Amino acid sequence: MYPAKFDYYRAASVQEAIQLLQDHEDAKLLAGGHSLIPAMKLRLAQPPAIIDIGRIAELKGVSHDNGSIKIGALTVHADVAASNVLKSNCPLLAEAASNVGDRQVRHKGTIGGNIAHADPASDMPAAILALGGTIHLIGPSGSRQVAAADFFIDLLATDLHEDELLTAIEVPAQSGKTGSCYLKFEHPASGYAVCGAAAVVTLNDDGACAGASLCFNGVTATPHNASAVTDALVGQALDDAAIDKAVDANLSISDPMGDMHASGPYRIELAKTFAKRALKLARDRA
Amino acid sequence: MAEITVTVNGKSYTRDVEPRMLLVHFIRDVLGLTGTNIGCETSVCGACTILMDGQAIKSCTQLAVQADGSSLTTIEGLASNGDLHPVQEGFWEKHGLQCGYCTPGMIMASVDLLQSNANPTEDEIRHGLEGNLCRCTGYHNIVKAVQYAAEKMQGGN
Repeated sequence: MYPAKFDYYRAASVQEAIQLLQDHEDAKLLAGGHSLIPAMKLRLAQPPAIIDIGRIAELKGVSHDNGSIKIGALTVHADVAASNVLKSNCPLLAEAASNVGDRQVRHKGTIGGNIAHADPASDMPAAILALGGTIHLIGPSGSRQVAAADFFIDLLATDLHEDELLTAIEVPAQSGKTGSCYLKFEHPASGYAVCGAAAVVTLNDDGACAGASLCFNGVTATPHNASAVTDALVGQALDDAAIDKAVDANLSISDPMGDMHASGPYRIELAKTFAKRALKLARDRA
Repeated sequence: MAEITVTVNGKSYTRDVEPRMLLVHFIRDVLGLTGTNIGCETSVCGACTILMDGQAIKSCTQLAVQADGSSLTTIEGLASNGDLHPVQEGFWEKHGLQCGYCTPGMIMASVDLLQSNANPTEDEIRHGLEGNLCRCTGYHNIVKAVQYAAEKMQGGN
């Protein structure tokens, strides 16, 4: 199963990648290849040119500075999952990354490629959205930052322009008495999320909810932020009944995806169940 | 065409390849190392698993040009001087295969797993091998094979 023919270019730096994108119309960037190559093998994508950015060292690694954690776009899922910086300061992202694909896939697939591809069933977008993350982009006219809430536009569509490169994902280090959790109901063969839930819960000293976020992937075309649920939780004592009630009364998803694996209404029921489980586990970890 | 140089099982090869050539085809068709199998071709089944710079990857989801400069290990490179690798021996001793099609990939993924976790629990083995499908064994004997290898590699019998 060969991809269609293409011209191959290897970029040694971010600047060279930007130049190559300008020089080759409809070119695609290749990082780990775990979204692009399968699409090319199935001829769902037939780019005339491939720009391999996989060796640009400056785009790899996790750094922590002043309460903010930056993950280079080329950091592979295995390294995100194993990062001590993330496990200590932003365990949600490490947990979500440990759920991506399988061991072999995590050795090659990158966080930047994952986000740029924006598969609705991917594990990372909901976690990044729940964390209030920021996506760093760079193009011929300079760099810009986009909030995760604005980055995912539609199914497999993002705010990344054709002449731009995704360079990093930035998330805040968690502070206070905070716990988080990523859980999913996965398709048994592919491992993709039929419904994934990312939850973050921060408690006051008295145990009441100081703040929370809850986002889903797999249910809608773009990651869904269930802010009505978490708004209802703020200020409350987070016993199981309070969480169940907040989810049942406030979780409203009007545009679920449905396919041969799971209907829209079924995905919404999964979202309710996984919302409750994820919020409770996040609370217990706070 | 693009020129690539890769080290496979300790031997260096320089070849011209079409950019669209997949790594698994390079290994099988260009180098003639047919121990690495092609299964689903969609990065699900794991039959094409090899080690790239020590880490298990699915060679059907890599271009050969991406492997330029890297060091690969395939199933042919595991045994040394005719002695089976402990994981190979485990699959032999514990009947970790029936038809054998998944076995090269299963063994390479197991080698990778044991590199990072020398003494995995049954659950860790099953989770660690979730990227490899076997349609024959029901996995039970594969788990036993990995446990056998783990014990052997830690100096047990």
